[in-house]
Amino acid sequence: MTTASYVGIEVELNDEGFFTDPSAWREEMAPMIAKEMGIDELTDEHWRVIRFVRDRYLQTGGGPSVRVLGKTSGVEVKDLYRLFPKGPAKQAAKIAGIPKPVGCI
Amino acid sequence: MTDYIQKISIIVSQGSLEGIYPALIMANGARSEGIEANLFFTFFGLDAINKDRQDHIRLSSVGNPGLHFPTWLGGFPGMSMIMTQHMESKMEKLDIPPIPEFIEMISDTGAGLYACKASVDLFGMSKDDFIDQLDGIITVGDFYQIASGGQMLFT
Repeated sequence: MTTASYVGIEVELNDEGFFTDPSAWREEMAPMIAKEMGIDELTDEHWRVIRFVRDRYLQTGGGPSVRVLGKTSGVEVKDLYRLFPKGPAKQAAKIAGIPKPVGCI
Repeated sequence: MTDYIQKISIIVSQGSLEGIYPALIMANGARSEGIEANLFFTFFGLDAINKDRQDHIRLSSVGNPGLHFPTWLGGFPGMSMIMTQHMESKMEKLDIPPIPEFIEMISDTGAGLYACKASVDLFGMSKDDFIDQLDGIITVGDFYQIASGGQMLFT
């Protein structure tokens, strides 16, 4: 467990860097988290995915897998990997302040 | 140096359902973790990327002790098809994609798909026999070059 400070707010992260308390997340934090992962600018396309995974988490209690993202977010798998090269489901979840998605597909 | 796996190369040598799926799941799982992945289809594994065959991949119902029923029963006509359909319906419920869709998705994740030249020649196949997503028919030596700096899996 570590702590990080985004937009002046201290938040707790687990060993892999995911928020332990998703309710502590604010939209303004997203660009800073993204930058730490090498995504320098969040475009509208990025935001579409980030908001989608966030909403999905709030509705279902879990983040979607890449396959689910590709089928339901309106952004195709190819583009998901262009936007989030180090794993779309994982990176989008981290930026959206939700736990790491579980599932193997 | 980090102690994470950063690159994986998977050799797919079998043409059965249980030979192909684990390789695809490992490759897709690698990409979703941000790990670079390349697949090398050789011998019967070529069926997975063969346009006409990839939709007809069967489970081995003979000589497969994991199925927990007698081999003589597995040898009955139609048994392999019945077992395959049973397995496919179970996978569909878990949202595991069928092989053609899965391979297309893996290609979309940026993983490389390669066919083994020696096997392609052996089976008298050519580029036209394979799916459009194939990145090349290459030699073993070429694949080792592509695999360099990473880990390897043989399935």
